Amino acid sequence: MKQTASFISAYTADTSGVCSALYELGGLVIMHDASGCNSTYHTHDEPRAYYMDSAVYVSALTEMEAVMGGDDRLVNDILVAAKELNPNFIAICGTPIPLISGVDFAALATMCENKCGIPSLGIATNGMHSYLSGVSQAYQALFNRFVCPQTAKVKGAVNILGATPLDFSINSQVEDIRAFLEGQGFKIQSCWSMGSSLEEIAQSAQAEVNLVLSSDSLPLAKLFQKKYGIPYVVGVPYGEKFSQKLAGDLKAAIASGNSSVSYAKNTACKPQGIIIGESVTACSLAQSLAMDLNLNCQVVTPLAASPELLREIDRTCTDEDDLTALLKDAPLVIADGLYEPVVPSSAKFYNLPHEAFSGRMYRDKLPNLINKPLKKEN
Amino acid sequence: MLKKVDLTQGAIAQKAIKDAPFPAPFDPTLEYSAAVRGTWNIVNTGMLIPEAHEIFVCAQGCLRGVVLTAAEMGKMERFSSIFVQENNVLNGDMESLIIDGVSDILSKLKYTPRAVLLYTSCIHHFIACDLNYVYKTLREKFPHIDFIDCYMTPTMRKSGLNPEELMCRQLYSLWHKKDLDPKRVNIIGNNLATDKESDLIKLLSTNDLKVTEIHDCHTYEDYQEMAKGAVNIFYNSVAWPAVKYLKETYGQDYLYLPTSYNYDEMNATLTKLAQYFDITLPDYSHYQELIEAKLMQAKEIIQDAPIAIDYTVSMRILSLARLLLDHGFNVCRIYADGFEAVEKDDFYYLKEHYPQLQIFSVNNFKMRFNHYSTGTKVLAIGQKAAYFTDTPYFVNTINNGGFYGFNGILKMLDLIIEAFLKEKDTAKLVQKKAWGCELI
Repeated sequence: MKQTASFISAYTADTSGVCSALYELGGLVIMHDASGCNSTYHTHDEPRAYYMDSAVYVSALTEMEAVMGGDDRLVNDILVAAKELNPNFIAICGTPIPLISGVDFAALATMCENKCGIPSLGIATNGMHSYLSGVSQAYQALFNRFVCPQTAKVKGAVNILGATPLDFSINSQVEDIRAFLEGQGFKIQSCWSMGSSLEEIAQSAQAEVNLVLSSDSLPLAKLFQKKYGIPYVVGVPYGEKFSQKLAGDLKAAIASGNSSVSYAKNTACKPQGIIIGESVTACSLAQSLAMDLNLNCQVVTPLAASPELLREIDRTCTDEDDLTALLKDAPLVIADGLYEPVVPSSAKFYNLPHEAFSGRMYRDKLPNLINKPLKKEN
Repeated sequence: MLKKVDLTQGAIAQKAIKDAPFPAPFDPTLEYSAAVRGTWNIVNTGMLIPEAHEIFVCAQGCLRGVVLTAAEMGKMERFSSIFVQENNVLNGDMESLIIDGVSDILSKLKYTPRAVLLYTSCIHHFIACDLNYVYKTLREKFPHIDFIDCYMTPTMRKSGLNPEELMCRQLYSLWHKKDLDPKRVNIIGNNLATDKESDLIKLLSTNDLKVTEIHDCHTYEDYQEMAKGAVNIFYNSVAWPAVKYLKETYGQDYLYLPTSYNYDEMNATLTKLAQYFDITLPDYSHYQELIEAKLMQAKEIIQDAPIAIDYTVSMRILSLARLLLDHGFNVCRIYADGFEAVEKDDFYYLKEHYPQLQIFSVNNFKMRFNHYSTGTKVLAIGQKAAYFTDTPYFVNTINNGGFYGFNGILKMLDLIIEAFLKEKDTAKLVQKKAWGCELI
């Protein structure tokens, strides 16, 4: 693998994933970095930045601190901010230089918590993995620290996991997922990371089932299952028919206690197109296209994906050359607009914007396909 | 829960100028990044070299901002990336990663760039990557391409040259040495092109001097012709390291001619220019009359409305504030975390004559919770001032709009009057990255 991208963009990194996951929870979130991560996150990765306040900052790391050690300054700056902002929690995550200098984020969090008494999370990101890793780590840290043990369940209650703007932007998809589930008789126990407070997140264990919207929340769903016996169902309610199937699978999971991936594992038909994207969202779209339009697509994900989240025909592909080769004979490609340079001119190309890839560039072109019958013009 | 904060207590983010030290009025804290993006970054600046290709070598997190900068400029065909991963840090193969990566990219591009701006990142310097070997190998392998070392090293921003100074110096380092032409003059160091109607360009061009700025270069040959310039003129202080390098390398002289909103200072600067080239200085007194008339007109329109100015709008915000205050305008807020050396006299003048003028931090963490309307009609001069005061009445430009001299003062006053009279969509405009980049 050459590790080059001659023509295409880059997915956002784990650091932004942490910030996106925690944005609405009233925390003090610090990226331990010089400066770049701060503007990148707030410009390209956080559509809520202009209109919704959140205490997400950068530590303003310098060369001298990286070389000589600057933990005391960092902790002091965090404590000063925490004293004035009174956050619900403190979260500290990392970037490449703290990786090089061996910063111990768990220790930093402990130092902060010991001095100010505010729950503190150390999240060892390093800016070299995708946002999925960051969201996943943040979720697991939240789970371990804040989710309260519950024995009593709320009938029909569901947690929505993985609802970050990085995968779902801010075009009402998450609101429509909530409305769809409520229309199916479910109660929304919590929605991770849009629309729920830390208090609501803390009561997540009262749910009877978890809906996994993105691969970043599968580890969290497994934690819920292991610790509280809550099953999960994987899938995004795109299209009309697949949405109905997903609702049925959620009810079945509550009844049986068994987890499932809602989209079909096998497809006998030859793919008529390729969808590039995050595994759960892309496979859900593929399933809904098959069910609503009888259009079979292969999913190619450039991101890390657990094998259980991909179907047999799907592929992971992290290299631009390999991706170009895979697309060579595709008659149809559905992908973010910044993939277009590697899509052959012979293929029909549909721009399906993905905030984690193109940021805000195509936000106004992002369709909302939640629980809507898919049509060719969609 | 997060709470409203007092900017004047604790980690202070607001103080009267009488209490502010120069050049850094505030202590450092955790830093906030306001959603205001008009200023340029190293990707935007690098794109000023025609027919050049940018390659960034860095971790995914660092790549994100630069690749989307290029994408939002519509310049992805001139941008490529090499991803640094953990194994490269641990295995010690960083040099081959860069050499192989650049070779791979160049083999696939649909055109052959005349130059490659190869940006390495903090990580290369911390692990002591042998960049000399990397560049030597690449230059041998691709002799028809000029390679220049560029840097995305924010961790080193306080060690030696800052990122803007470094980028500015490297931007002009690709020139091939040529005989100097005493009739050719360069203006360097600006992201925005200098206004062709400015006193600076007019004075030079009417005296048979050929003036070139990088923005005038449409081909790589045009860019190389700048190596013939006998003098590099600059008015943005980020170009200091560049002009010294160019003097040392190409023998080009340099002239620092900062623009100003002060008549005497501007006269002295233009006199210095005229004396250097032994040309006659025009009589600028008519300009001063025009400016005074324009100030009166502006005062009639703006009256006592509060005015906020931020550091992104000009290299001379304190000079501008001084001009306005001395003419009775109600300038009450300055948004800046630091001031340039050229502003020192204005800073102390304001300290003495307008001690209650309020200075606001931009980066202090508390500013996240202070971007709300003051309840009155505020005129903001600059995007950040508009954001923090939540006003639709603002001057939407950066870097003094490319204006210079007396003519520049007039043009800025026109923008100020227009801003007060006509509402703008602040949220839409200030979030656009790199003001003016669509013109490249």
